[in-house]
Amino acid sequence: MEDISLTKLKTKQSAVVKTIEGGQGLLRRLEALGIRKGKKITKISSHFWRGPVTVLAGKTKIAIGYGMAQKIKVRVE
Amino acid sequence: MSLKKDQKILLMGNPNVGKSALFSRLTGAKVTVSNYPGTTVGFCQGYLILEKNTYGVVIDVPGVYSLEPLSTADEVAIKMREKGDIVINVVDATNLERNLFLSLELSEKNVPMIIALNMWDETRHKGIEIDVKALQKELGILVVPVCGLTGFGIKELVEKLKLVKKRTFKSTTRKEKWEKIGRVLNLTQKLHHHHHTLLERFEDMSTRPSTGIPISALVIYLSFKIIRFIAESLITYVFNPFFDRIWLPIMEKLSFFLGQKGVLHNIIIGKLINGEIDYEKSFGLLTTGLFVPIAEVLPYILSFYLILGILEDLGYLPRLATQVDNLMHKLGLHGYAIVPMILGLGCNVPGAMAIRLLETRREKFIAGTLMAIAIPCMAQIAMIMGLVGKRGGKYVALIFGILFLLLIVKGLIMNMVIKGKSPEVLWEIPPYRLPQPMAVVKKLWMRVFEFIRDAVPYVLLGVLIINVLSAIHIFDFLTRLFSPIIHKLWGLPNDTMPAMMMGFLRKDIAIGMLAPLELTTKQLVITCTVLAIYFPCMATFIVLIRELGWKDMLKSAFLMILTAIIVGTLMNVIL
Repeated sequence: MEDISLTKLKTKQSAVVKTIEGGQGLLRRLEALGIRKGKKITKISSHFWRGPVTVLAGKTKIAIGYGMAQKIKVRVE
Repeated sequence: MSLKKDQKILLMGNPNVGKSALFSRLTGAKVTVSNYPGTTVGFCQGYLILEKNTYGVVIDVPGVYSLEPLSTADEVAIKMREKGDIVINVVDATNLERNLFLSLELSEKNVPMIIALNMWDETRHKGIEIDVKALQKELGILVVPVCGLTGFGIKELVEKLKLVKKRTFKSTTRKEKWEKIGRVLNLTQKLHHHHHTLLERFEDMSTRPSTGIPISALVIYLSFKIIRFIAESLITYVFNPFFDRIWLPIMEKLSFFLGQKGVLHNIIIGKLINGEIDYEKSFGLLTTGLFVPIAEVLPYILSFYLILGILEDLGYLPRLATQVDNLMHKLGLHGYAIVPMILGLGCNVPGAMAIRLLETRREKFIAGTLMAIAIPCMAQIAMIMGLVGKRGGKYVALIFGILFLLLIVKGLIMNMVIKGKSPEVLWEIPPYRLPQPMAVVKKLWMRVFEFIRDAVPYVLLGVLIINVLSAIHIFDFLTRLFSPIIHKLWGLPNDTMPAMMMGFLRKDIAIGMLAPLELTTKQLVITCTVLAIYFPCMATFIVLIRELGWKDMLKSAFLMILTAIIVGTLMNVIL
């Protein structure tokens, strides 16, 4: 399976975070909320017009801006 | 370790894990608690009596995810940590993995600490089983299960606080911390399958856009319907009868006693209209001065904050913020800016304070300006409902429609003109929690009390100033000065001038001053709209200076006046 960006993931689908194409700042902000390399996340929904993507990471629901979500590459296993 | 006097006890933890509720349990202090991150923007402190003659200072530190600052707000919280003697690390028991990262970071600072495992009662519903003893052993830190909302475990927490010892932990890398957390959780936490509760089903529905957006529309519509219903019922069945049957006879006796005319009579009771006291027109301190804030505005404040409090505690606002994010981006903001806007509908002052939640200077400027121009506060809304409502509901709708249109147009323009772009969102959506009636009532009481304490004196002061100023004919001069704008551009009679001046101080009484003027409906609509736009009230202005800085606030104020002149003129030409 190939890595796809989080925006391309289907709703209700789970995938493992492979890479985050961003600086240390973004990496740490995501990590603080429980999104880091190797972590399994589930997409809950996406909003129209490049609105935020919501995911479930562990027990936390998180809203991620579209641009940021594009930088998160995941793999469906 | 025994605690000495004035020990600084810090409550630290991730955002939205119930620190403030725990704080109010520990200290008995009154603080606002809501189910969304970022409620504690400043910091609160209170006293905790540990034993006879020994007490600690408890400080509620704003929530952080990590001790490495991720934003400027984090820096403040992290600096506060350095001044603490003991840390109570508040941890959300239903979300251990993420919460423990901060716990490990804190432990490596080698300050005495204890873990309060909050939301303990929720773990059972969620199928989470935690072995507290094992957790305590694995971490090497005292752990006490508590529930801030019900008060469970608080006593034990205070007792254990006295036993906390300083320990030294070797420092580890971020990767090592996550690995340790994984190990600890394997040993101490079991997850059971559990059935989706009704709240969780509703949660799923309201995060999916196809069902979430209709739900939001319905929630907002119903909220306003209910607010209006409660407020109007209170006015009709409680406040009006009180002022008519109980207060009026007292005022009539007082009026008679004061000789029914003269300077003192006019200040206290006001002018008699056809020989009688008229609460809307007499304009005395004890008549209009009390009637406006208490009988006309307070019912709306009460019902608005009741509904807002329920929605806040339910955890609805972050979901709304996610849904409107893409629209807010078009206005140069992001979804979370909806929080200051909604708070601003109650009163612009807390709304302006919440602007601190926004990160960039650009966003703060846009949010502050939009709120001051286009978000009328509940006091203003109540008065418009009362005064303009008598001429027909469509005129009320016209005023709010124009303000809403302004919100969109000004936002679009500012987004295009001001350099930069709005930051991307990244936030936690807390689970829905059923609001606790006692917590809702407590918060409602605090907010209503603040209104009475802050607004009523201002209104009385305003009434006094207006009476004195008109007695010494100062308005004649101002009226001549501003007549070109008020009369020529806006088509308003010159006697709206005192109300315009009053609008700098308070909007509700300013609109109240229009009652005796016998304006045409068109003039009334224009005056109310212009009053909303040209300046926020004095209190909001002061808070905005603090949040935006002088320079940006001056620019913002200039935009407000310019917008008021243009919109007022356009309305005069078109309507």
